[in-house]
Amino acid sequence: MHYALLINNAEPDEGDIAAEAFLQMQRAMADYTAALQAAGVLIGAEILEPQAQTVTVTRRDGDLTIQDGPFADTREALAGVFLLDVPDQDAALAWAEKHPATQYAVIEVRKVAAACDEGIWNAED
Amino acid sequence: MAGDAEVRAENAARTSYGRLLALLATRTHDLAAAEDALADAFERALTRWPVDGTPDDPDAWLLTVARNRQRDRWKSAAERRSLPFDEAAHDAAAPGESPDRRLELLLVCAHPAVAGASVPLMLNTVLGFTAEQIGAALLVPTATMAARLTRAKKRIERERIPFAVPEVDALAGRLGPVLEAVYGSYSIEWPTPPRERHALLLGLAGTIAESAPTVAEAHGLAALMYLSSARLPARVDEDGRYIPLPLQDPRRWDRDLIAAGHRHLRVAHALGTVGRFQLEAAIGAVHCARRPGEAPDWANLRRLYDALVALAPTRGAAVARAAVIAETDGARAGLEALDLLDGVERLQPAWAVRASLLDRLGEPAADAAYAKAISITTDSAEREYLARRARGTGR
Repeated sequence: MHYALLINNAEPDEGDIAAEAFLQMQRAMADYTAALQAAGVLIGAEILEPQAQTVTVTRRDGDLTIQDGPFADTREALAGVFLLDVPDQDAALAWAEKHPATQYAVIEVRKVAAACDEGIWNAED
Repeated sequence: MAGDAEVRAENAARTSYGRLLALLATRTHDLAAAEDALADAFERALTRWPVDGTPDDPDAWLLTVARNRQRDRWKSAAERRSLPFDEAAHDAAAPGESPDRRLELLLVCAHPAVAGASVPLMLNTVLGFTAEQIGAALLVPTATMAARLTRAKKRIERERIPFAVPEVDALAGRLGPVLEAVYGSYSIEWPTPPRERHALLLGLAGTIAESAPTVAEAHGLAALMYLSSARLPARVDEDGRYIPLPLQDPRRWDRDLIAAGHRHLRVAHALGTVGRFQLEAAIGAVHCARRPGEAPDWANLRRLYDALVALAPTRGAAVARAAVIAETDGARAGLEALDLLDGVERLQPAWAVRASLLDRLGEPAADAAYAKAISITTDSAEREYLARRARGTGR
């Protein structure tokens, strides 16, 4: 079963995070992802650039619209996605609880409905 | 590694810091201004002492300088606001007779109005650690930690949270949430080694016990934390493999930390009040009394766990008690005790114990229990241990 851990937090301003604290968090993330990898549950882990660099693309109103800026301009925004392959929600929660980002972010634990596995699209039940 | 003298010097500096800050903030409730005044005094000491020599009573010197600095600020603030300045309310204590007000400061930090920030606030104000140091240990970005501390201090000032020690019989009750908060912070499991965080929090627990020497649970908590930290080096063997507590090599436990734990436990015991932390520390002491190659004193552990779950029925303690029952009364009895528990469906230790007991009884359900336990175990060493055990069932 695939689960997404969606990391949501307020974006820090330039200089908000001291170099030492940043390194500390990098180490924590490295240890955490190593534990995920050792457990064989890690599909992917990505932390996103600030949403100022985002561009949105849509055709939902008919014509193609490409706009600078995020989909929803909120103070707290999606900042990262961790994808796990675990047996059930209990296991996904067990990993989410230990996520270093819980210290500054809210993590949404969401079951994946459909995914592409080894290049083959299939809807999970 | 820091030398003994260095550690002693640092402890002395932290003790002074907390004592002085508590004295400076008691009347004003303004921790931030008291910190500024104290920082000024320390800065002044750095320039004056090398020239004039270190004063006979350095703390009194620092206190007087900081108080004068506070007074200067109040005066200018009073002038600005054209409010009468109450000289008497801010009168300095005579140098050399500075009472220990750290307990008042600890209780302020534990006030419900600042509950979420209690532990960082204690580490910052009573022990003088910086937002950066606390943030690093608790894995919080410095800016976030600094903002949290500032908000809490403003709140203390705004709500005029009293710097007061309650009556002796109310003190233990008031101190309860302080101890809970410290233990909560101590027992969080991270994917990273907790040494740095433990070092800070052991210091805090020791300071609390020192500031409230008559509260048995303060010593109970210090004992529990020292004894737990003492066993940390033996949690994995030389090859990084997880070793369950009853099988750990006692020669790898930290003797100094065990001795410190025993000292606090003796004080707690002598005070004649039983409490949750004291019982948990006693359980830790029974484990630490085991000699290499010997089994723990299960009968004694059983009595202590019975008392613990009767006094403080936490899920963790109830699961640990079931594991002990399996040793005193057999695996089947342990399993029955486990079946009686509510709310342990997502609890990793409950599944680990269940799997090992089913395994011991040769039950086929052990496989599924191991799989469930493994799926909710995030610690790599413990996960591998469970996987080895699961493979060992041979089914």
